[in-house]
Amino acid sequence: MQIAARHLDKITIFDISGDIDLATSPVLRKALLREFRELKVPRVVLNLGAVRYMDSSGVASLVEGLKASRDVGSRFILFGLNRTIREVLQLSKLVKIFEIYDNEEQSVAP
Amino acid sequence: MLRVVRNVLGQLAATLGFSELECHAVVLAVDEALTNIIRHAYLGDAERPIEVSCRRIHVSRDGRGRDALEIVLEDRGVTVNAKKMCGRALEDVRPGGLGLHFIRESMDTVEFSRRKGRNQLRLVKILHEPQKGS
Repeated sequence: MQIAARHLDKITIFDISGDIDLATSPVLRKALLREFRELKVPRVVLNLGAVRYMDSSGVASLVEGLKASRDVGSRFILFGLNRTIREVLQLSKLVKIFEIYDNEEQSVAP
Repeated sequence: MLRVVRNVLGQLAATLGFSELECHAVVLAVDEALTNIIRHAYLGDAERPIEVSCRRIHVSRDGRGRDALEIVLEDRGVTVNAKKMCGRALEDVRPGGLGLHFIRESMDTVEFSRRKGRNQLRLVKILHEPQKGS
């Protein structure tokens, strides 16, 4: 898994690629918690368009990110979910708790 | 190593005729099972041995015989408490406990047992016949 960060005004966009699994999810978790808890970024957007695989540890990292965002009053947005990733979130029955958009334009809109 | 197993299993399931989504379900279930073994049976040690065997079997379902993929995972870790292997309520939104839920949702049969000092997890995915015209 690789994470590349971009900044747009007060929005951080993480472009994620590869597999989010037991070995890599801690890196994603750490990056998300830093943005919310330490940097207090008002909006963090996750581009999952290049993610090929995600397991339950990946979902858990997203849930932790979501909780951290709620704790500090920030927004946590996902976009670019392919069929496989959407299936995993639906399987977890947590898909409804996330703010999900189709593309980056919608995700960074005021 | 988990990625290697995922790739091999995905190709195997596809070769047997499972759809793309079914292949993903099989891969996810086995990946989650391996993760659980490393975390709970081997207490986080990813270097301990896990045996994975796969075979095509024939099962009876709804009065009809069907082909299926059977996957058996064995480890030599600490005894798994079957009573604890119940996952958690999905309404409880928090990290953790999702793996077993994913396994059960993805596979048709999920059986735990302890034999000769080994934990054994047997997973079965039934191969459904493609619909006519597809």
